[in-house]
Amino acid sequence: MKTLLMLTSTLGMALREIRRNVLRSVLTTLGIVIGVAAVIMLVTLGQGATDKVTGDIAKMGVNMLTVVPGAERRGGASVGAAPLTLDDARAIRQEIPSVATVAPSAGRGLLVVSANQNWSTTVTGCTNDYLSVRDLRLAVGRSFNEAEAQGGSPACVLGPTVRSKLFGQGDPLDASIRVGKVACRVIGVTEAKGQNTFGMDQDDFVLMPLTTFQRRILGSRDVGAISMSASTETAIPKVKTQLAALMRARRKLPEGAPDDFSVRDMKEISETLSSVTGALTALLGAVAAVSLVVGGIGIMNIMLVSVTERTREIGIRLAIGARAYEVLLQFLVEAVMLSLFGGVLGMMLGLVGSYAAGRALSFPFRVLPEVVVIAFAFSFLVGVGFGFFPARRAARMNPIDALRHE
Amino acid sequence: MTDTAAPLIALRDVFKIYGSGESEVRALDGVDLDIRTGEFVAVMGPSGSGKSTCMNVLGCLDRPTRGRYLFRGVDLAGASLDQLALVRRHYLGFVFQGFNLLARTTALENVELPLVYRGVPTVERRRLAAKALADVGLGGRELHTPAELSGGQQQRVAIARAMVSEPSLLLADEPTGNLDTARKHEIMRLLRALNDERKITIVVVTHESDVADFASRTILFRDGRIERDERRGAPS
Repeated sequence: MKTLLMLTSTLGMALREIRRNVLRSVLTTLGIVIGVAAVIMLVTLGQGATDKVTGDIAKMGVNMLTVVPGAERRGGASVGAAPLTLDDARAIRQEIPSVATVAPSAGRGLLVVSANQNWSTTVTGCTNDYLSVRDLRLAVGRSFNEAEAQGGSPACVLGPTVRSKLFGQGDPLDASIRVGKVACRVIGVTEAKGQNTFGMDQDDFVLMPLTTFQRRILGSRDVGAISMSASTETAIPKVKTQLAALMRARRKLPEGAPDDFSVRDMKEISETLSSVTGALTALLGAVAAVSLVVGGIGIMNIMLVSVTERTREIGIRLAIGARAYEVLLQFLVEAVMLSLFGGVLGMMLGLVGSYAAGRALSFPFRVLPEVVVIAFAFSFLVGVGFGFFPARRAARMNPIDALRHE
Repeated sequence: MTDTAAPLIALRDVFKIYGSGESEVRALDGVDLDIRTGEFVAVMGPSGSGKSTCMNVLGCLDRPTRGRYLFRGVDLAGASLDQLALVRRHYLGFVFQGFNLLARTTALENVELPLVYRGVPTVERRRLAAKALADVGLGGRELHTPAELSGGQQQRVAIARAMVSEPSLLLADEPTGNLDTARKHEIMRLLRALNDERKITIVVVTHESDVADFASRTILFRDGRIERDERRGAPS
């Protein structure tokens, strides 16, 4: 009971002391305020960046794997590797059970022309499965029908960018456009996806049936890439191994020869990117944490000044019957309160700041409760750590000398 | 005041020695002293005579190098610093020459301070502090800070602070040193009254004989020893 009372009056005394010197208290805590705000902002923004990257990659296709001809190496795929074929796609569908959808495709950069507008874009020949593998949804219109997929009258689906470049606000459905040299009817427009993490426009494309594309544009039966979606996320590694084995067999690669194709895996890319942003966040957070230490030194400095300034007061308290540890506690509580005060202020500043910055950068805003707790705990520890030395100096004073101090 | 009662304070062959060898200084050089409950003692002596050191030892602010210090029959020679602090907290009150009030703190809060360390609840603390201020004639000045009070008033606040915890012994170190004659006598009359009415034991260190005249016993220090110890008749 008495200890509790002692503690509340110590808190009261500390509060009074802080209020007595408002400007100094605020300046003292500024270091902590900035430190905590910086840590919270960087970590929250870092988390936002990671969330955004993960979200973007999910948009590029769920559980998606892509196989392309040519070994993966710096500087792009090697020239001369045999192209993929529709038979490869068929084989994958038949032999690998964990694959849900297989979408062979081929692409080329071409000029597309409507009545009075033209636009240079990527034209991809594909099947309807491509839409589901790439997680593309139609905003208006429909996907390819059976006749079109078999190579009937040329039809195409536009990405929103192409649509607005060619038609502005006008209705594109059933309009006729020219893709390269092929006249083509617009049957649908996909939903907008926006830019991806790398700033690439994901809406800038034209899709047409693969058969039509091969026959009328490519002039060969080559397939540029085969995308597929694994039935579950956990099946991705298994699919990858089976796919590599199948492709090696089909391409008759001898034992020990390097792959002349490569498999890209969205999950892998997403994990790499997440770990990069994560590491960056940790690094920046650590740098910000240094400013917390600097803030702590600021508190220690002011507390040392305060102890010297209040030597007489300490003498009075000791003469009146304060024990050394009670004086220690008083100054320690004062330092901790200053530090916590700074911590709370910094926390609010950091959250507001990261919310604003997140909006400006269009990052999702997600508060990590553990970061808030850690920042709070850290400012408490800074207060204890850097408050202890000045407090001990106060507690060790000799009452006679302290009373005589001018 | 009864002469048969055990002394409140007994110093037995007390030495306080600073330094050693050639530079040894004996601030207290074998002091024997008894002070009984209810006495009003003036300690006099030239500077460097050991009167302040004696005061510090009596006030448990300093420990003797050698000898016994019996407070209420308990030997404090081997007491720890914390134990001495507790003796100060529960049995002693201090009044200093320089008033030693907390600056920018109201009179009431200054007087409350000893009760804070005694763990008295806030409401009770307020009441006792206000009463102590009224007792020294400062009712209505509770919310004044030391800067807003005259020297005499500040010293009254200090006396209220010393008295609020009802100590067994009030120690005053040159309490009138910073005051003019009128204030000086005012303060001494206040101490005199506390001694008369409440039987508070008071020890005043002073070098002014007119201050010492208020006491019922005068002890004169010289070179670390008690040179003279005179009692006047018991005060009325």
